[in-house]
Amino acid sequence: MILDWMLVTIAGWLLISLLGVACLRRTWLVSRLLFPAGGLLALVFAVLAVSALFSTPEVAELALGLPGLPFHLRLDALSAFFLAVIGGAGAGISIFAAGYFRHGEGTPPGLLCLEYHVFLASMCLVVLADDAYVFMVMWETMALSSFFLVTTNHRVPSIRQAGYLYLLIAHIGAIAILLCFGVLQANTGLYTFANMRAQELSSFWSSCAFLLAVLGFGAKAGILPLHVWLPEAHPAAPSPVSALMSGVMLKTAIYGLLRVAFDLLQLQLSWWGILMLCLGLVTALFGVVFSAVQADMKRLLAYSSIENIGLLFVAIGLALLFKAYGMIGLSTLALTAALFHVVAHAFFKSLLFLGTGSVLHATGERNLGKLGGLMRSMPWVAWLCLVGILASSGLPPLSGFVSEWLLLQSFLFTTGLPDPFFNMLVPVVAAAVALIAALAGYVMVKFFGVIFLGQSREKRLVEAHDASLLERIGLFWLAAVTVLIGIFPVYLIDAIDQVTQALVGYGLAVTVRANGWLVLAPISIERASYSPLIFLGIVGLGVVLAIVMVRLFYHGRIRRAAPWDCGFPAQTARMQDTAEGFGQPILQIFSPFFRVKREVPSPFDAHPQYRLESSDHFWYWFYLPIARVVERLAIIIAKLQQGRIALYLLYSFLTLIVLLVVIKR
Amino acid sequence: MHLLLSQSINLFAAMLLIVVFAMISQRRILRVIHLFTVQGATLVASTIVVGYLTGQHHLYYSAAVTLIVKVILIPVLLHRVIDRLNVRWDVETLINIPTTMLIGIVLVVFAFNLALPIAKLSLSIARGTLGIALACFLLSFMMMISRAKAVPQVIGFLSMENSLFFAAAAATNGMPMIVELGIAFDVLAGILILGVFMFQIREQFDSLDIRHLEKLKED
Repeated sequence: MILDWMLVTIAGWLLISLLGVACLRRTWLVSRLLFPAGGLLALVFAVLAVSALFSTPEVAELALGLPGLPFHLRLDALSAFFLAVIGGAGAGISIFAAGYFRHGEGTPPGLLCLEYHVFLASMCLVVLADDAYVFMVMWETMALSSFFLVTTNHRVPSIRQAGYLYLLIAHIGAIAILLCFGVLQANTGLYTFANMRAQELSSFWSSCAFLLAVLGFGAKAGILPLHVWLPEAHPAAPSPVSALMSGVMLKTAIYGLLRVAFDLLQLQLSWWGILMLCLGLVTALFGVVFSAVQADMKRLLAYSSIENIGLLFVAIGLALLFKAYGMIGLSTLALTAALFHVVAHAFFKSLLFLGTGSVLHATGERNLGKLGGLMRSMPWVAWLCLVGILASSGLPPLSGFVSEWLLLQSFLFTTGLPDPFFNMLVPVVAAAVALIAALAGYVMVKFFGVIFLGQSREKRLVEAHDASLLERIGLFWLAAVTVLIGIFPVYLIDAIDQVTQALVGYGLAVTVRANGWLVLAPISIERASYSPLIFLGIVGLGVVLAIVMVRLFYHGRIRRAAPWDCGFPAQTARMQDTAEGFGQPILQIFSPFFRVKREVPSPFDAHPQYRLESSDHFWYWFYLPIARVVERLAIIIAKLQQGRIALYLLYSFLTLIVLLVVIKR
Repeated sequence: MHLLLSQSINLFAAMLLIVVFAMISQRRILRVIHLFTVQGATLVASTIVVGYLTGQHHLYYSAAVTLIVKVILIPVLLHRVIDRLNVRWDVETLINIPTTMLIGIVLVVFAFNLALPIAKLSLSIARGTLGIALACFLLSFMMMISRAKAVPQVIGFLSMENSLFFAAAAATNGMPMIVELGIAFDVLAGILILGVFMFQIREQFDSLDIRHLEKLKED
């Protein structure tokens, strides 16, 4: 029943996309009517998904597709959970997009409307798919529609390159996923997920399927070393698209991984968990270190997405490890942390990406070095972004803290692992996760401080206008959800319980609910507990007290005076700490991570220019050698191509003769 | 009478093979077109005979279609094209003609060798001629390769189609009617497109020599 209504909603999106084509260049109609309608549908979709989470699984068979190959759909707890994330975050992004897309930016608005809603619909169908056929078709639709969205400004060569890179890596991933399904069906020729679940694979073939899934879904999620498309594609895409890709699309990769590792595969091995743990850790550390030195605000967020995906991999790896040793309770805890982080990241990262979109529209500037002091001219965006910043840096009482806290909790109970080697390794990983969380906070301070605080680095920034009403509504929705799930995590864990029940057969809801909605205690109230509302109360109280103290008991007035100027009176706004300056310590400490190209001007230069380019070693160690090999092969193969028709005909003639000889044998 | 007719199929097959060899050795475009017409006519005759002997009346229809398309329409079109392009005479070959003939003989031996096991399986009346049909096919293909001008290449292509048609008639007593009709229209459409294409080549390079197309290659 719910599934039928979901399909109606998806059909609604497709209808909107067709209407978008019908009014191709009428910007007003598309942005004021179609996008908000799509946003409302997304909201309806989220509500449907939440209600599906608490009801029994449903299956459906669509008459679409090839003859004899119908589309199998299934709505169970795992898919409902991810659908709720897609719908919820998608609603906010659609509303924002209504205010964002304007006339005359590359692709006409009607076409954007088509691509955007097809993208949304395909993401939902990926999650609903119940056979490899629908899954792959929708997965590719998702990749293609997002490719066209990324290349909205396709007249810029660098954007085309970014899109190409994205498409290339998406296809490598898709091939791996296809092979993974091929292994999972175990020569039965039936590609439904129900059949895959029924197969008893040997540990070798299970491992093959798992590794292929990690490769395939990792390429989409941006796991090392397949992360290179993220920092290129996100800055290239319009902000709502980056938000949708980073906040929502990456989650479909996490969904696929969970589906394969916990649902389709009947066997979990401990070394899978360790592998994912290590991959995730390296990715997260890499992402956070790189985001600390970025000067482009969207690149910074893209690297921060890589970091968050790394943390998700760590949590899933931990869950796999515990599951392999039969420690279901701890596996559930780690999985809950992962799913909580999925929701948290979907909302706060979308919020931040949309915030950069507003800044970009108001100032036309993506470079952090030319922004600053926007808190005064764009208070709405600044305050709403602050919510996202706090959540992203993992500060209580917002959503990011809860997931990181749950993750660290699950690390603290690892001493029960039967393998002494893992027992030693896991605390080290926990320490690394703590380091990553701290560095993420550092990055977010930089992001917020350089853009919104201090003085305007350029004169024209004073005229920057705040976001439009629709943009504000979109941002507000995302910020509100971030705050609400941060303050009432118990309700979200109630929902996650349904998923973990289905995947590992255990849930946290009972223990959590025993303490009421005020206190979150995942294991037991004696071991560790966290009460966001009390925390919020104390923080609020502290702030109020501080203000009262200053106003009443101190001198009580606000003084504006020149600060100490180090004996150099001619200070300008350009002398504030810059993004590069802020990231410098990280650049020094983690220097082996980077390949740095620095241009330091000579002391006698009248117009000194300081330039710093930090790039990724993976380009030089991994991608460029592959590219060179391909190029050499291409030169050899090109010798076949002489441009003479007689020769081409000869090729097919010889092929024919050879085939005939082979057949005759 | 029956025996005579079934022997006549072998005769037609032999004629087809000789005609293809003649096409390969012929230097003049006009003659090649005449030979193509003869090939078509032979095909029509053999189809009618097969149809009569096996009592499959749809073969008459396909013979009629072949007659209209391959014996009348396409030769007329080709004549027009060469008149308009003024290329009635010279034919250049990429490989010299004696060598081509020698390769052709090797191909015929190969085709017979290949067709032997297939012919044993077939129940058709004209199964002995499958080898010849295959040989004609390979020879026509070789004609396409060895010619430097566009018009003989097109004729090679059409002759290849004829051989396929004959092979179908020989091996399985003809394809279903609908397939044959489809192929006939495909060939007709193909010839029109190729005609346009030839004019374009001519306009671009002032010659129909396809070696000029090498310039189009990207370096």
